[in-house]
Amino acid sequence: MGMTMTQKILAKHAGLSEVHAGQLIQAKLDLVLGNDITSPVAINEFEAAGFDSIFDTSKVVMVMDHFVPNKDIKSATQCKQCRMFAKRFGIEHYYDVGTMGIEHALLPEQGLVAPGEAVIGADSHTCTYGALGAFSTGVGSTDMGAAMSAGYTWFKVPAAIRVNVTGKKRQYVSGKDVILTLIGRIGVDGALYKSIEFSGEGLKELTMADRLTVSNMAIEAGGKNGIFPVDDITREFLDGRVKREWTAYYPDDDAEYEQVVELNLDDIDCTVAYPHLPENAHPAREGKDIKIDQIVIGSCTNGKIDDMKAAADILKGRHLADGVRGIVIPATMNIYRECMKLGYTDIFLDAGCIVSTPTCGPCLGGYMGILAAGEKCVSTTNRNFVGRMGHIDSEVYLASPAVAAASGITGHITHPSELDI
Amino acid sequence: MSTAHKYGDHVDTDVIIPARYLASQDEKELASHCMEDIDANFHAKAKPGDIIVAGLNFGCGSSREHAPVAIKASGISCVIAKSFARIFYRNAINIGLAILECPEAAEGINDGDNVSVNFDTGIITDNTTGKTYQAEPFPEFIRHMIEDGGLMASLKKAKK
Ligand code: SF4
Repeated sequence: MGMTMTQKILAKHAGLSEVHAGQLIQAKLDLVLGNDITSPVAINEFEAAGFDSIFDTSKVVMVMDHFVPNKDIKSATQCKQCRMFAKRFGIEHYYDVGTMGIEHALLPEQGLVAPGEAVIGADSHTCTYGALGAFSTGVGSTDMGAAMSAGYTWFKVPAAIRVNVTGKKRQYVSGKDVILTLIGRIGVDGALYKSIEFSGEGLKELTMADRLTVSNMAIEAGGKNGIFPVDDITREFLDGRVKREWTAYYPDDDAEYEQVVELNLDDIDCTVAYPHLPENAHPAREGKDIKIDQIVIGSCTNGKIDDMKAAADILKGRHLADGVRGIVIPATMNIYRECMKLGYTDIFLDAGCIVSTPTCGPCLGGYMGILAAGEKCVSTTNRNFVGRMGHIDSEVYLASPAVAAASGITGHITHPSELDI
Repeated sequence: MSTAHKYGDHVDTDVIIPARYLASQDEKELASHCMEDIDANFHAKAKPGDIIVAGLNFGCGSSREHAPVAIKASGISCVIAKSFARIFYRNAINIGLAILECPEAAEGINDGDNVSVNFDTGIITDNTTGKTYQAEPFPEFIRHMIEDGGLMASLKKAKK
């Protein structure tokens, strides 16, 4: 029987010629990732087990991103523990204040992930790298601790859903609208356990930034991973970033998909996920009655340079509505610098926004933009669960950078085209 | 002698080990409250080697590792269910609790039946009714991981 992209990558890393859905395999890993919240737990496990070596110091990545620059003593202590561990074992890819970025934006940017590779990360949005044609998935801290030592882990081979993309993107529509529409359609458990594999002639409409956003939120549909086939857009992105050899895997013609979802880009308009689930998708055009207090533009989902550009294009020469706070967080130091070079930082500041150095910050209700009771925020992040960005009576509306920016200007949920009139 | 303790669909981690006991890391303490909100007698009746049989989506809810730990510390040798929640599945294997997906067995086995499980072949035998069921057996490395007491323990052993 044929295999899906994911199954082929897993078979290769397990040293098997074939795998099938449901099979338990042991697979070699090309990269093991942790952040400042999950790594300390993994390090404790690693040390409690008495391990004294890392399988490959170039294949473990630690990114201090959730609470840096450290927001309090506890987060400072956690980062210190990671810093000392990284130093002790000579971990090459350790990113701290000054070099860090939000992990899932940073790793692709730095060329740490290539097509066909197998990656685990102690962070649920590790699925982001599927955009590059890699198999990557989130695991627990124990898994990370074990994998740092062993260099392999076990997987249950997932079954798959195929999403066939057709049509053309409309103006202002981006990857965020695509994935929110898909999750709205299949639900937050629509892809439970499974791979989401994208295909179809519509993929050429999706930029690498779009794809990274789409794969990032595969977990929000319950998916184990969300993967794109390698094409010219992928190659162009990898060019100059990834110098090592890599292999592209494509699904067999007779690969088994439990379900095929048709996604026509022609039908997708700017979309907002209302509280308190990412599946709660509504057209941005219908949000006029929802008055907002804050916009957040950033996160591993939408903190890339394309996202900054989309926001800057809308905010240019305009100003936030009275009473709306604007928080812009470029996801990596390179993006931060780029924003200054391209004049986006000035645009944001002129519009009344603040611009922070990279951090997860408000995305998980950490700091840098926490909401009070009753407040509403349009955010480019990926989760709008109860209390995700602050008080349990606050509300998060998930949207693209363009919609967040437009909403900041009017003070209510707004489709960017409404500003043209 | 393995007695089956049977439950329905969607047994969640809050039922397996209520959040009010999570402050404890002590396995015996966790075991003493295992399943208490769904079956107050569980702790008294679960004997070493017994099995749990359940329906769909066993272990759904939070990612707490305490849940499989509490079950294992209760002496349960295996959980057979129609399906498991993803994180529970991973946690169970990582801490060395045997779990088998077998919808037919989960359907056919009755509460209180005497059941034996052959982990090498995946054959589940209901000695009370005489019926047998075939689950997909664990590959050897998972079997070893469970025998060794979980992921960390088996890795430690492999490193020696
Ligand atoms: S930006 Fe948000 S979702 Fe992304 S890694 Fe940070 S906390 Fe997690």
